[in-house]
Amino acid sequence: MRILVVGGGTAGTIVANNLARRLTGETRAGKVRITLLSASDRHMYQPGLLYVAFGHMTPDQLYRDEASLLEPNIDFHVDPVTKFNLDKNQVLTAGGKTHDYDILVIATGSRMVPEETPGLNEGAEFFYTEASAVKMFKRLREFQGGKVVVAVGVPHKCPIAPVEVMFMLHDYFKARGIRDKVQLSYHYPIGRIHTIENVAIWAKPEFERIGVATETLFNIKEVDVKNKLLKSEEDTEVPYDLLIVIPAHRGMEVLETENLGEGGWIPTDRFSLAMKGRDNVYVVGDTTNLPVSKTGSAAHFQAETLAENIASIVKIGAPVRDYDGKVYCFIEAGHDRATYAMFNYQNPPDLKPPSKPMHWFKLSYNQMYWTSVRGLL
Amino acid sequence: MSEMRIIDARDTFCPGPLMELISYMKRASVGDEFELLSTDKGSINDIPEWIKKVGHEMLSSEQVEGVWHIKVRKAK
Repeated sequence: MRILVVGGGTAGTIVANNLARRLTGETRAGKVRITLLSASDRHMYQPGLLYVAFGHMTPDQLYRDEASLLEPNIDFHVDPVTKFNLDKNQVLTAGGKTHDYDILVIATGSRMVPEETPGLNEGAEFFYTEASAVKMFKRLREFQGGKVVVAVGVPHKCPIAPVEVMFMLHDYFKARGIRDKVQLSYHYPIGRIHTIENVAIWAKPEFERIGVATETLFNIKEVDVKNKLLKSEEDTEVPYDLLIVIPAHRGMEVLETENLGEGGWIPTDRFSLAMKGRDNVYVVGDTTNLPVSKTGSAAHFQAETLAENIASIVKIGAPVRDYDGKVYCFIEAGHDRATYAMFNYQNPPDLKPPSKPMHWFKLSYNQMYWTSVRGLL
Repeated sequence: MSEMRIIDARDTFCPGPLMELISYMKRASVGDEFELLSTDKGSINDIPEWIKKVGHEMLSSEQVEGVWHIKVRKAK
């Protein structure tokens, strides 16, 4: 049995490690081969980028060598896939190799696409890549006062980030002693200030308390860089001195060029995580088209479910459980406090009051992630 | 006219039905039609509100066995 995992991010790494541990005997006996293909030899802890943007972490703290995270019975190659021949059960790579498989797991993740919105690359700051997070921090450092506008593209990775960044901006400017010279405003695509109703209900008075102005039903259309104006699809506009945007995302380009899914999101069964129309191809993490948050936590829970099912297919010929839609997101709430949102397909999140211990837990998780991605936690 | 496409946003709390719809509408062409399936009772208000504000077209909405079926057309 040849199991091929494409993508060395959170989902792909957890799937590979979890499988390797469950199938140790089978791999040792040569009955199963687990191969992981990644575009990079490094693994980034992506939630740390928000901390980089505020100077709380440096980029080097976000990385580990991917090989150091993997079980020894995983055949790992840094060689991105360039072509998927699903009818022939094989993929082709940039290095010119062909990999045949019996089971394929696609976990290639997502990427921000600010270039698709006129003026956004020129006019806005981001924190979804290392370079953009460092640049945003430098802009914040030199900022002496004025209108700071935060706006949100659709779809985007880490749906809690827009709320967190407001609390962190408030704390940051307060610490510098210039909060009274900064006007913060928050512009959100739907009719409340967060897509999770309980988060919106909680965050609204919190935003009022720290002086954040809000505008809802605001979808980014373009940036007039010359006049420093952000314009919406709803024909409103807002002036800014510093513009911070959570940009729209797409799946990886190869999935679009290979026609595997519109926007780079692969049609996926919400319970089995199988690619629709294929019984030996599975999809996990941001890559799915599921109506589930694109976060490391969703990727983690999907990966655990899928690995257990693939191991069961190897051992008994059938999967053993469904993915239930579980997501768990920390929410940094400012003043060294945090809370969390946990939910699945059937149960909405029940938000708890923010606390300092939860903030410390989040800071601890920034290190515990490396245990998590090894499939141990 | 293109075929009506289904967006299955049932039992979703994040990103939620309206965010799903916006995501699909952004990539669509003028004239494309979508049928959004939602179990969120808020959809019956917030989706028509957004459709009207942005200038798209609301075609119909009905509840069948606990699921809202909301049909819209991209108009600009």
